[in-house]
Amino acid sequence: MQPTSHNFVDNARGELANPTLQQALRQLTQTGFPLKRAQAVARLPEFDALRDEGKAIKDHTLAHLDYYLELYEKNVTAWGGHVHWCRDAAEARAAVLEICRSVDAKIVTKGKSMIAEECGLNEHLEANGITPVETDLGEYIIQLRHEPPSHIIAPAIHLVKEQVADSFRKAHTELPPGRPLTEVPVMCDEARQILRPRFLAADVGITGGNFLVAETGSSIIVTNEGNGDLTQTLPRVHIVMASIEKVVPTLEDAATLLRLLARSATGQEFSSYTTVSTGPRRPGDLDGPEQYHVILLDNGRSKLLGGEFHEMLRCLKCAACMNHCPIYGAVGGHAYGWVYPGPMGSVLTPALVGLAEAGHLPNASTFCGRCEAVCPVKIPLPKMLRHWRERQFAQNLAPKAMRQGLGLWGFVASRPALYHRLAGMAARVLGWAGNRRGRFRSLPLAGGWTRVRDMPAPEGRTFHQLWAAGRRR
Amino acid sequence: MSRSREAMLGNIRGALGRGTLSAETAGELAERVAAHRRNLIPARAAGLDHAGRVGLFQTMAEEVQTSVARVASAGEVAAEVARYLAAENLPAELVMAPDPGLDDCGWDGRPLLQIRRGKAESSDAVSVTPCIAAVAETGTLMLVSGADTPTTLNFLPDTHIVVVREGQVVAAYEDGWDRVRALGAWPRTVNFITGPSRTGDIEQRIQVGAHGPRRLHVVIVGDG
Repeated sequence: MQPTSHNFVDNARGELANPTLQQALRQLTQTGFPLKRAQAVARLPEFDALRDEGKAIKDHTLAHLDYYLELYEKNVTAWGGHVHWCRDAAEARAAVLEICRSVDAKIVTKGKSMIAEECGLNEHLEANGITPVETDLGEYIIQLRHEPPSHIIAPAIHLVKEQVADSFRKAHTELPPGRPLTEVPVMCDEARQILRPRFLAADVGITGGNFLVAETGSSIIVTNEGNGDLTQTLPRVHIVMASIEKVVPTLEDAATLLRLLARSATGQEFSSYTTVSTGPRRPGDLDGPEQYHVILLDNGRSKLLGGEFHEMLRCLKCAACMNHCPIYGAVGGHAYGWVYPGPMGSVLTPALVGLAEAGHLPNASTFCGRCEAVCPVKIPLPKMLRHWRERQFAQNLAPKAMRQGLGLWGFVASRPALYHRLAGMAARVLGWAGNRRGRFRSLPLAGGWTRVRDMPAPEGRTFHQLWAAGRRR
Repeated sequence: MSRSREAMLGNIRGALGRGTLSAETAGELAERVAAHRRNLIPARAAGLDHAGRVGLFQTMAEEVQTSVARVASAGEVAAEVARYLAAENLPAELVMAPDPGLDDCGWDGRPLLQIRRGKAESSDAVSVTPCIAAVAETGTLMLVSGADTPTTLNFLPDTHIVVVREGQVVAAYEDGWDRVRALGAWPRTVNFITGPSRTGDIEQRIQVGAHGPRRLHVVIVGDG
């Protein structure tokens, strides 16, 4: 997918003025996932201790990632599966296409996979004459609308049901045009009815992978709809797409992380379906795929190991950070301009597509810290956003006015005597000018602030002056 | 792709600032995997006696729209299945796992139930399967694939009925892993199933019955 992250400011402006999106986002922030997560966490006294254990499991695995990936591959192979090591998206696309061609595939069903989104897989398959069919309801809806996902676990969260009904009417021309399509259950039934024959017709099924288990060579997917299971059980070939940091040592480690995942994501105690897959069907099995392939993607992740963004690789892709982010809640996921929105996206996107493209994203944060507070594996997201801002400044990537402003600020702030003199003068002048109203409607150099709210006027003396004068209360 | 493999492993080691692991460290990691030690397990189910666990399993399962019936012995399962199908206005026709473990469920006493043994086809409306464990912690069923237990039974039919023996109810997922390990060969598929299929993808309104079963019914068979 071609990133448009460089357009974040314009994207965000458009989304703020989009009433349908704002209606959809209100449902998320006011009654949606954050509330349900809080209830689920309150029911499990051990939740915070589990977060520490989850973090420790991921840290241990990342420190020995080469060992666990090799062990994982050994066990996949032992069960008759194949691991395809792919350095970047192009290698992953090529590997998937080669597998599809080897079985002369026409239709490929897909469970939800963010790695497939990252690789732009659908476009590649279409360009090569293969029809990809998204089967997760949200992914199916946005595929019909030719839109990217706006959320990593609820891809169509930016839409209201009238928009979904509209897309269904346009796409499902085989159904009577006058049918009632106003209620959510009716729409879900319609999607089920339309997609069922495609599940049965598919030659290849592609799923993501929430975890890869080194001990057994298994991949694990976590879903609610059952689409992932139909996708991977019915076709002749099952392809798993996962990135290298998804591996965990043992089934016990996976169990601990599974206790964190659903609660953090949707606020469920456990998702409807957690499925562990190991190799192709066994001799005597009546169903299941004949071939099992794993696309193991790096795409820039190994470079993050050992550096400032190492801890980002603990991410479980639960979406708690974006569900709790005031910026995401205001502008939605499309504004971020690539596959991963919200705080985790603002850290990951610059790493994967470059800071020149995605430089706005680390700045799209108030540093309120809610993302870190709810992260199931305690990723210090604000700290990493700050690292990106530092790099942006160091690499001269920030806009000129901002660089000069920060340079000036740095000059003054590192000279206390000068700072106090200037601050005292500013407080006196602003205090005098704003004396009558107590606030400013507009102020030179502060238009960004005063365009949408008043700037409170200082009372005439700085904090330091008041402190020195002994007026500490 | 082996070039990519070596490059990726090399990048990982380079970024971690080391070469391949020493034999000693590799040995420690192999031991960690072989021991597969349990991490923290919530007290919710672990602290209960067996009857308490069965009760918790039922409570948690019902919370996610699984319906639960309890019968005193295996011979009563068929009657319960017939009752359930009639109550839900479903046809008395089902596809059942070929697992001989289900043979003692009293089917002979219900000649009006039409039963086929095998995998599911798209036309099947109701399936009956065994499970390998039922996890009290979250009301979760664990099913494994095998020659006698095809996976399509768990997903294609609209209604899925699972027979759970009381002795199969365990506290935590880890107890379930141990039961799967005890099979010897690790199965192609292990399904954790917690309620019928659902989606919240349109306006976050939870809708039961997405692509998988719309109804999940559990029959718990008493030890007596």
